Amino acid sequence: MTLTEQQAVRRAVDRVGLGLPAAGRSAAQRRGWPAVRDLLAPTGPDRGGDRVPAPRFRPVGPGKPADEQAKRERRQLLRANATALQTWWLRRMVATDQPFVERMTWLWHGHFATSITKVRSAQVMLQQNDTLRRLGRSSFTELAQTMIVDPALLIWLDGQKNTKASANENLAREFMELFALGHGHYTELDVQRGARCLTGWVLRRSDDHDQTDADAATAVLRPTRHDDTVKTFLGSTGNFGAHDYVDIVLAQPASAPFVASRVWARLISHTAPDPTTLKVLTDAYGPERRIDQLVGAALDSSAFRDEASSLVKEPVLWLVGLLRALGVPATAITDKVADRLLTGLHGLGEVPFVPPNVGGWPSAAGWLSTASAASRMGLARAVVSLAPDAVQAVAGASDPIAAAAAALGVDGWSERTASSLGTLRRHPAQLVALAACSPECVVSR
Amino acid sequence: MNTLEDGAPVIATAAATPPSGPSRRVSALTRRRFLTWSGVAAAGALATGGVALSWERLTRAAYETPLNPSSGVLVIVTLYGGNDGLNAVIPIADPRYASARAHLAYAPGEVLPLTDGLALNPGLTGLKSLYDNGSLAIVNGVGYPTPDRSHFVSMGIWQTGSPSESVPTGWLGRWLDLAPDPVKAVSLDPVLPPLLAGATTAGASLSRSALALPAGAAGTAVRGLARSSSDDGVWQAACARSIGELVTASDTLHDVVVEAQPSGDKGSSGLAEQLDLVASLVELGVPTRVYSVSLGGFDTHADERGRQQSLLTELDRALSGFAGRLGRTDRGSQVVTMVYSEFGRRVVANASQGTDHGTAGPMFLMGRGVVGGLHGQQPSLTDLDGGDLRSHVDFRDVYAATLDRVLGADPGAVLSGWSTSLDGLLS
Repeated sequence: MTLTEQQAVRRAVDRVGLGLPAAGRSAAQRRGWPAVRDLLAPTGPDRGGDRVPAPRFRPVGPGKPADEQAKRERRQLLRANATALQTWWLRRMVATDQPFVERMTWLWHGHFATSITKVRSAQVMLQQNDTLRRLGRSSFTELAQTMIVDPALLIWLDGQKNTKASANENLAREFMELFALGHGHYTELDVQRGARCLTGWVLRRSDDHDQTDADAATAVLRPTRHDDTVKTFLGSTGNFGAHDYVDIVLAQPASAPFVASRVWARLISHTAPDPTTLKVLTDAYGPERRIDQLVGAALDSSAFRDEASSLVKEPVLWLVGLLRALGVPATAITDKVADRLLTGLHGLGEVPFVPPNVGGWPSAAGWLSTASAASRMGLARAVVSLAPDAVQAVAGASDPIAAAAAALGVDGWSERTASSLGTLRRHPAQLVALAACSPECVVSR
Repeated sequence: MNTLEDGAPVIATAAATPPSGPSRRVSALTRRRFLTWSGVAAAGALATGGVALSWERLTRAAYETPLNPSSGVLVIVTLYGGNDGLNAVIPIADPRYASARAHLAYAPGEVLPLTDGLALNPGLTGLKSLYDNGSLAIVNGVGYPTPDRSHFVSMGIWQTGSPSESVPTGWLGRWLDLAPDPVKAVSLDPVLPPLLAGATTAGASLSRSALALPAGAAGTAVRGLARSSSDDGVWQAACARSIGELVTASDTLHDVVVEAQPSGDKGSSGLAEQLDLVASLVELGVPTRVYSVSLGGFDTHADERGRQQSLLTELDRALSGFAGRLGRTDRGSQVVTMVYSEFGRRVVANASQGTDHGTAGPMFLMGRGVVGGLHGQQPSLTDLDGGDLRSHVDFRDVYAATLDRVLGADPGAVLSGWSTSLDGLLS
């Protein structure tokens, strides 16, 4: 089955637009595909997103204190900073006028999955987040070249421990396996030699603790720690450094299809693209390695309009989509509300800046456990309580069940869901909350 | 509607209704009624209401303050109703066993032999394997001085850890009082058991709202969403199934009337589900140090053999599944599980192929540092105390060992100066 134009626009709003309130979505559906093109090519500043105040972190300072009390205080400080960072991004995703930018930032956060549990500094995580936002739609070359010396990623994958005297292969391996090439397209020897290319990068931390960017860090190359010799890596020979390493990896024939498939899996379908579609994607990606062109080609492909191209919504995207669809303003997300939302996301197993490991979050069935079904219902109730207007609109509609579908951006309910929701006609808030947990709403189809 | 707060009180002050005389019906003894009658629920920190922690709160705690890899975790399994110790750990070589138990007795060919003339109930095949590989400790003949044969008094004694005087706090509640934090002790029963009630702090129960379905129309609607639909794609069908699993989990975990019924139509006890949830929380690194789970229905005054065996089978499957799962992870290996009941039963069977309330019984322990094998001393079947077994191990000696070795606490501070411990039980 092929989607209609209207359904395809709705799906695009789901996949690359973080959801829209009912009015915005129907306007986009009336405009048709040009509205999707506009979504993919935002221009100018993000007025909505920029209205969300930047997170303010309290300086923590380097080093671990010796006594227990100071350790405890330091942990509390780090936790408060992490919460401020998570809260800020949730609000920004809700408030943004350029949802594609935030959507791609989220995509690359899951791709270069870096956790604050090891990085510790919220400021360093924010630096990485800014990088992903700034470069997440342009050239993958530039993105990858920046990430290979990203301070948070260097901490996360022990990059600063990688020296010519004592190599640490963590970053060299994961970059090839998970970020740019895929397993099976390099040898163990390439991992060892790649690690030597990456030696010598250390972090220089800001030591001005009166500044808001205290605890920021920059990566610098220490020549004395760098392996300044000729290496043979993935078939090339030379005295390579980190940027040569990236160029060589990205030039491998397996890299473009790998990157294209990863983007596809996050935006389009849990089913891999067929060879013809994959060719279209890598052609669009091209020698410039344009991410925006790749996404545009994916949305223009016939497979995008295949009814079967479905995705189980990641919990963060489900939550943000729900907040946006119901018109909850970012200002309604007070610190207390944000705390409740983050707790719900813990229950669902996906919290911003806390991926479980460098492989990122699970997908598909990973979001469909018993515990997550329970957490989702609690979280949906919390969100709906923030959206009295949307609930009122559903309550006042002549057909509240259909109105709930329109409010939540679902093309329509199955008979199963329609009849289940029918018992809640007189409880519009419960109706909307439960509808948000229906298979139609949890899975983007 | 509960929106931003997930901490609704679980226990209001309990109205104490006394049990209806000595001939209470088997089916009348549910955990909830025990808790209500025990009087403990109305006292201590419970009087103000324990906290209910949601799944989300606990998973968040696992992220913010994860379980220390060197800390022990204690899982308490309470068997409500009085498990018949003589038909669980059976003195099969003692001829007086068969003569005292008549129709209730197992034949030597039916049981799972241990050593020292003892054998396990045929329902305990998993525990037998754990015993054989040295991971199960059986402590025989556990009790306390001047045994009381009332469910409520005796369970109160075990849960408060205070045989001589009635106190308003549970033994692990007093442990919580040493360094208060409700996340440290979590009950998987929706009603908090008195053993987790301290003077200033009570343990938490896993919030009913965590897995319980809403009441009324909303609950009906949730059940409706669990149905499959011909319109579903593969992932929507999977989503509907996950809602169905939630409905099942909710029904088994949160229906307090899941006690075994005398008719034998007992349904699922939920013990395996409770332990599954405990394993999940431990594996996640939730910083809880004590979990309380339970299985009821052991008050086998009539037609005991089949009923007890099926309960023990249930216990066995739950415990061996739990042990197997815990053995697969580092965090799982931090756990010690301890099983007890408020008393054993009388040596001589009654006229209804059952047994009445008795005294000493066995305890089971497994997990980190547990020294497998037989501990304590099997009570004599001839040297009886008014027809009942004499205990040889005070349960506080077992508690003291777990406080010291698993929780790293001073037993004397928790057990009112108690200074001895069962040697060799925990390494």
